[in-house]
Amino acid sequence: MIEASPTQIWIIIIGMAIGTFLIRFSFLGLVGDRPLPAWLLRLLRYTPVAVLPAVVAPMLIGAKADTDPLRLFCAAVTIVIGVWTKNVLWAILAGLGLFFGLGAVLG
Amino acid sequence: MSYSPATQQFLKGAKDGLPFHIVIWPFAAIFGAIATQAGLNVVEVMGFSILVIAGSAQLAALQLMTDNAPTVIVLATALAVNLRMGMYSAAITPHIGKASLATRAFAAYMLYDQPYALASIKFEKEPDLSLSEKLGYFFGVAIPIGIAWYLLTLAGALLGEMIPTDIGVDFAVPITFLAVVAPMLKTLAHVASALTSVVLVLVLSFMPYGTGLLVAAVAALLVGAQVESWMEKRKAAA
Repeated sequence: MIEASPTQIWIIIIGMAIGTFLIRFSFLGLVGDRPLPAWLLRLLRYTPVAVLPAVVAPMLIGAKADTDPLRLFCAAVTIVIGVWTKNVLWAILAGLGLFFGLGAVLG
Repeated sequence: MSYSPATQQFLKGAKDGLPFHIVIWPFAAIFGAIATQAGLNVVEVMGFSILVIAGSAQLAALQLMTDNAPTVIVLATALAVNLRMGMYSAAITPHIGKASLATRAFAAYMLYDQPYALASIKFEKEPDLSLSEKLGYFFGVAIPIGIAWYLLTLAGALLGEMIPTDIGVDFAVPITFLAVVAPMLKTLAHVASALTSVVLVLVLSFMPYGTGLLVAAVAALLVGAQVESWMEKRKAAA
């Protein structure tokens, strides 16, 4: 159970709200319509493939994850279907369908 | 009936965002339920989902609050989880930076993973979209997901104990991100960038407060851009 006082809870909520907004607003607010240099634009094109795998990997493998062969298998299927069909929906349905389907069968 | 180009893009965005709803709905309901079971009241739970609107940071904060971590640590950790969104902000700025300050501020409020991921794919594929079409698409993804996030958090908070919180829904989050990234692995540069990202984040997992993620992501950006320029040089030489 949370033992923090209502004041502490609201400090956390408001602090997270302001901090998160400032992070998201950073470049949008400060740079706006000023042109960015070409080398930076080239770098930024890679943000999804550079950031999202680093978010996902620790959830599936590594010290803090409860590594589970079923999850790893379903994650691999999601990647294969995603690369093959180039379709986000099919990849999600394949990965989650297999996870809950096999989970039910295997108990 | 014919819609304006911006409205058409809004509808396209809403449609492309549909797969994410499979994940967002249970995720939001479970956040609401866990938060209520941990002792937060409905107003506090909704404060998180409406003011912060960042699922993984909210769950991280909740976990630390349940462990009675100091307020400063809760804030620092939750914000570290969200630092990747600074990169989203940079990446989306060349596309919608010309919008008014108020529009940019609203877009920033909604700059969570899904609208960012879908919009960056769309804008790379169709660079000739006008500013209003780009904004239409971005908000078409973002607004329905935001509304679903509020409503399902509320449902979870009100139903509380009736929601099963241990059905493996945590697995839906990595699956969604993998499903977004996989179709983007179309060049050697993209594959190299993604592999760098995975290997480094695991090697750097000893670093505190998710800072390893930022180092891994920046290195992966550099690798992607470097491999791209190598491939261009090889092509030019051949």
